[in-house]
Parts: sequence; C-alpha cells; structure tokens
Amino acid sequence: MKTLLDCEKTCRVKVLKLNAQNELKQRLISFGIMKEAVIEVLTHAPAKSTIEIKVGKMRIALRAQEAKLIEVEKL
Amino acid sequence: MKTIEPMACPVVAKHIKVALVGQPNVGKSMLINSVSNAHLHVGNFSGVTVDKTEVLFDYKSYHFTVVDLPGTYAFTDYTIEERVTHEYLCNYEYDLIINVIDSTNLEKNLQLTSELLTMNKKMVIALNMSDEAQKEGIEISGDYMSELLGVRCIKVSAATKEGIESLIDGIIDTYEEEKSDTKLIFSEAVEEEITKIVSYLRKHKYDANNSYRNVAINLLKNNKKTYVKIHEDPIWTELQPILIEASKHIELHHNTDDIKEAFAEEYAAFNRGITAEVVQQKNAEIKATLTDKIDGVLIHSFVGIPIFLFFMWGLFQLTFEIGAIPMDYIDMFFAWLGDTVGATISNDDIRSLVVDGIIAGVGAVVLFVPNIIILFVGIALLESTGYMSRVAFLLDGFFHKFGLHGQSFIPLVTGFGCSIPAYMSARILKNDRDRLLTLFIIGFMSCGARLPVYVLFAGAFFSPEMAGNVLFIIYISGAILGLIAAKILKITAFKGVDEPFVMEMPKYRLPSMKLIYHTVATKTMMYLKKAGTFIAAASMLIWFLSNYPKNIEIEKSYELKIALSTTQEEKTLQENMLAEALLEDSYLGRIGKFSEPIFEPLGFDWKMSVALQTGLAAKEVVVSTLGVLYSLGADVDPDSRSLAGAISKHISFASAVAFIVVIMIYLPCLAASIVFTREAGHIKYFFYLFVFTSLTAYIMAFLVYNITKIIF
Repeated sequence: MKTLLDCEKTCRVKVLKLNAQNELKQRLISFGIMKEAVIEVLTHAPAKSTIEIKVGKMRIALRAQEAKLIEVEKL
Repeated sequence: MKTIEPMACPVVAKHIKVALVGQPNVGKSMLINSVSNAHLHVGNFSGVTVDKTEVLFDYKSYHFTVVDLPGTYAFTDYTIEERVTHEYLCNYEYDLIINVIDSTNLEKNLQLTSELLTMNKKMVIALNMSDEAQKEGIEISGDYMSELLGVRCIKVSAATKEGIESLIDGIIDTYEEEKSDTKLIFSEAVEEEITKIVSYLRKHKYDANNSYRNVAINLLKNNKKTYVKIHEDPIWTELQPILIEASKHIELHHNTDDIKEAFAEEYAAFNRGITAEVVQQKNAEIKATLTDKIDGVLIHSFVGIPIFLFFMWGLFQLTFEIGAIPMDYIDMFFAWLGDTVGATISNDDIRSLVVDGIIAGVGAVVLFVPNIIILFVGIALLESTGYMSRVAFLLDGFFHKFGLHGQSFIPLVTGFGCSIPAYMSARILKNDRDRLLTLFIIGFMSCGARLPVYVLFAGAFFSPEMAGNVLFIIYISGAILGLIAAKILKITAFKGVDEPFVMEMPKYRLPSMKLIYHTVATKTMMYLKKAGTFIAAASMLIWFLSNYPKNIEIEKSYELKIALSTTQEEKTLQENMLAEALLEDSYLGRIGKFSEPIFEPLGFDWKMSVALQTGLAAKEVVVSTLGVLYSLGADVDPDSRSLAGAISKHISFASAVAFIVVIMIYLPCLAASIVFTREAGHIKYFFYLFVFTSLTAYIMAFLVYNITKIIF
C-alpha cells in the first residue's frame, strides 16, 4: 500500500482511498482531496514533516501524519 | 469591526439584504471595499473575516446591507468561520446570496457554489478576479454558465473595479424577479432516488418551504435541519425505509459506506462538468507559474528558513533605523509644545499637570508612532502577499515539536503587532487545546506597544548601530521563550491528540497599496487614539499620584538650604534633592516603596517598580510613567534632557536587562487581557495566565539579573 507520504517530489498520483475519519475526512474532501482526484506532490518541508501538494489549481500544505492517511497510486 | 446603524431613508427606497459568501482568499472583503468604499481589513490568508461584518450603501433607489461572511470551503462545521457562515445562511433573514468565486480556480470554487444551489435562496455569482484570469489565459463564458446553473453569473474584478456596476444591477434584477429553479444535476443513480422521493413527497402534499427536489437532496445528504422538520410529519414512518434504501443504493454506486463522501464525489463530477463546459484555457500553460518559481526559493528545504529569518531581521532593522529619523523631530516638537503651552499658564500646579503630566506622557508615546507604522507595514505585507502561509508550512515541523500547530504561527506573528487581533485570530485553530495553548503563548510575542520600552532601553545602553540588533535579539528570545513555555504547557496542562494540519497555500499576490494604507492607517489611528485618551488620562493620574500629597515640611526644610546656597551649582543640587524627596513622599512613591522589596531581587528601584505596575494598564504607560517620574525627579545633568539619557544614568545595565525581561513576559495590557479571557472562554484561564506569566517573568528576570551582574 502506497500513501501520499511515500511519494517523491514532482510525482503525480491518483487517490484510491481516504483512511481519515469523520471531520478530517470532510476537511480533506472540502479541499478536493477525494477518491479519483489527481494530486501532484510539489515539495517537502525540512525533514519531510510537512508536504506541499497541488490538487487542481490549489496548493495545499499537509502534515506527514495526514499524508499517511491518503492511499494513492502512481500515474 | 464597525456596525453602522440603519439610516432613516425615503419611503420609496427598498432594502436589499445580501449575504456575501465564498471560499477563503477569493477577495470577498476586497469586493465589498470596491462596491461600497468601506474599509474592511483584507488579508491573503484564510481567517481574516472571523466575525460577520455588515456594510451599508445606497445605489439607485435601493438601500443595500451586505453581510460579509467568513470564508468557507464547503458547507461543513469544521472551523469557527465555517460554523458562523453555515449558521447565518440557514437561520437568518436575508434576500439573496452573492457567491464570490475566484475565476482563476473555478472548479474548486464551485464546490461551495453547488452546495449553495440546494438552499432555497435567490443567488448571484460574482466571478471575481476576472482580470487575473484573463492574464492567465482563462476565458469563462458567464452567459453560458448562467444558463447551465440557472443563476446569474457576472464577471467582476474587485481590484480594477471592472463590472462592479453590472454586479449591483444584476443583484437588483435578481431581487425584483421571481426565484428561478437552479439546475443541479447528479448521476443517474442519484437522480433516480431523488425522483422517487420527490414523487412520494408530491403524493403526500408535504408542506415544505424549499422545492421538493431540494428537500430530497438534503434528505439524502443527511442534512440535519431537513430531517428535524420532516421527522415531525406523519409521512416520516413511510419515508424512512425509502430513504434507507436510497442511501444504500447510492453508497453502493460509489463504492463507499459514507453517504457524505458519495455526495462529495457527485458534486465534484458536476463541477468538473460545468468547468469543462464554460472554461476555455488559451495557450495551455505548461511553463511554471510565477508562484511556482517564487515557492521554489522561499520554501526551499534549506534556504527557506534562513530567508524567513533574514526578512524578520530586516524588518526590525528598518523599524529602528528609519523609525529613528522622525523621532528627533517629534521629540523636539513636544519639547517646544511643553515650553510654549507652559508659558501661557500662570498657576504652578496646572502648568505642571499640563506640561509634566499630559504633554510629557502623551509625547513619550507619540514618539514611537514611526516605529509602529513600520512594524505594521511589515506585518501587513506578510499577510497580504501570501507569504504568511508559506512560513506556516516551513515552521510546522518545528512548531509541532513544541506542541504547537503550524497555523499557530499566524496568531503568533499577529502578536508582534498587537495581542488583541492575535487572540482573535487564534480562532483559526479548531482544536480547543491547541487554541488555548496558542493563546497562552501569544503574550511572549512582544506587541507593538512594548516596542517603545525596548527602543528606549536599547537606545539608552547601546550605540545606534547596535540598537537594531538588540531589538532583534529581544524579539527572537521572546519567541524562543514562548516555544519553550509551549512545550512545558503541552506536556503538563494541555496534553492530548494533535489537530491535523491541512492548509491552503494561496497564490502570491502583489499587495495593493490602498489595502496596506488602510490597514496601517487604521491601526496607527487606534494607537494615536489610545495615546490621546487612555494614556493622557493615565498620565494625568500618574502626575497626580506623583505630586500629592504636598509635604510642606520637606519643602520648608529645603527652602532654607536653597536660600543659604552660595553658588548656583549648590542651589540646583538642593533643588533637585527637594524634588527627589517630594517624589519619594508622594502617593506613587509610597506605592513604589511598598512594592520595592518584591522587586529588589531583580535590581529595580521604586520608579521601575511603579512603571511595571502602571504597565498592567497598557505597555505604552510604562514609558510615559518613566517619562513623568524622571522628568520630575533628580536630573542633575542639564545635557540629558531626554529620557534615554536619564535612564542610562540612573539604571544599571543588569537592572535594565531584567526590566526588559519582565516587560517581555508579564501580562499584556488590560484590553488584551479582557480579549484573552473572552477567547479562552472562562475567567479561570485569566488567573492561570496571570500566575503563569508573573512567575515566569519573575524567575527569568531574577536569573538574568544575577547572571548579567556577574558577567559585566
């Protein structure tokens, strides 16, 4: 199982599943992070503690813990 | 936030109440600014508009009330902003909704729009930032979009004011027309279920104030309010199994066990469809956007943080270097004002009150206006360019180690300006523990009002070249202390699960000069207003406390000595000793003497002790108190007219450092304390804050005082 956290920089992936619960799931969905969405990993903060991704035209910062909950497959 | 009373109006005029809704960063507040010339605070990070703001204006024969609601990504109750907006849209009276959309990112913005379509309200869509979209080669067909959605869509640009009039005209037309049905279309599976429920509702003539279609959609989406209403109706018993069956069908179709997720996917599909229909992307851009390029440097893994630190250092250098230029003139002006006004007053007591009390006190505070303006400009730039979010991104990993949230950075940086908006902006943190923790730490970020104290002391003990660096060190060490305090609080008082960090990184924008001007002008006026009212009053009080009671005996005993003085020098010396003795015997002197033993281990004399106590009211008062006390007291050297000179003469270096430490840490001003208590939600937190900050300040100052004494 591959998660968003495992992705290298400039990698494009498709979301398979959100393993987040309730509110966090709603939050991710409201940012456009949902099944079938295409995500581009832009960059990592020092020590990979935070990652920056692009969904559509929106840039989003995610903490490693949250990125780990997003199952993806490489495009 | 200003609320304007509804004005009396001619009978013919009609009132239109508009709710302004949109996702964060789409330029809602700026649009209101353009429409009504109101001066709202606009920033480029989510969470600027926390409270709803009402703006009134007239156009043609209509009176408009526009309610600016906080930005929200979707119809959820995740953050306080979202709750405020959701609550308003569902439960308040208004005529129509303006949904503001960022034209450069239509698909994402439609997410909120498609949810708004199921509300039974008239709506107008403002396709904002159309000028930016054009530059990026994005062409949106507004007419076609209006047709597809069944809602008027009007292209506008808040920045260039293009299309503002047609937007207002569109609102009036929509207001006057009958409400038309919106056209939200789902996948076949969902449409099938909707049709079933609608026909059931129609058969039983269900009494609804929304269309049957919308009722059906809301039921399927598990909308609580719709459920509560229909639950009371006898048809509920029969409807329930139909709904359960429908939900199962839809969930199966979407391969999920969460109906909300299924609907999110439905909406996303609809939005993709609309976007594909109405948007034409010319010169399909493959090249990196400007934001990509800037981000490549500013949030670079290695240079990102050094660059940020450099910006902060630069800001403090500017604050001191450029700020110092007009300060001399302001100082001269108040000296002149004191002399000129003093000459016209014959009564000694009144002259002393006006010159030594009010003018000296207010002057000491106004002196720092240039520094304050530069600091506020810096923070406003940080906010409006979008850099603030990048810093949150860079620092989250670091902050997280101290138990703070990356988004805590926003209230913390705001805290460098003023603690009050900082306490308020802490609302962007959803988790109560995270918010409380941030609230406790904000005080460690030295606010603009403490700047005068630092500038005064840095100027008194260091050369002008060093003073900027000293200022930077003071701010940074305050911040580091705050982080350590956060860690301690996190592992003791605020244990618990961390709030997730999911945050939008807005596009970089060139700040509009007008915007910066308004933000800075408003804050500076607030500072000056405080100087003119609160601080003038406090200065008068301090003057009174330092001049009364009049002790005739001391005066008499010195009168003889002064009369017996043979040389001018001796006479001046005796006069100064009299002033000193009188001051020590005044009410203020007595308070200072009484509390002196408490502060003695920190190396403070009674004047400093008093200044700290008056500083509880407002930090600016620390400077004005010192100003009053030292202008009245012994000032033997005629050259050191300025307060900085008096301070370097009377206060040892170690005591000064300890004093700065206390100012850095102890309780913020009265107004901020009140806001803190309100935001924290209970008075007990104020007492915790008081004990926590006082103890920390005392212990730290004690350590610093003794260490400095050994070293120097």
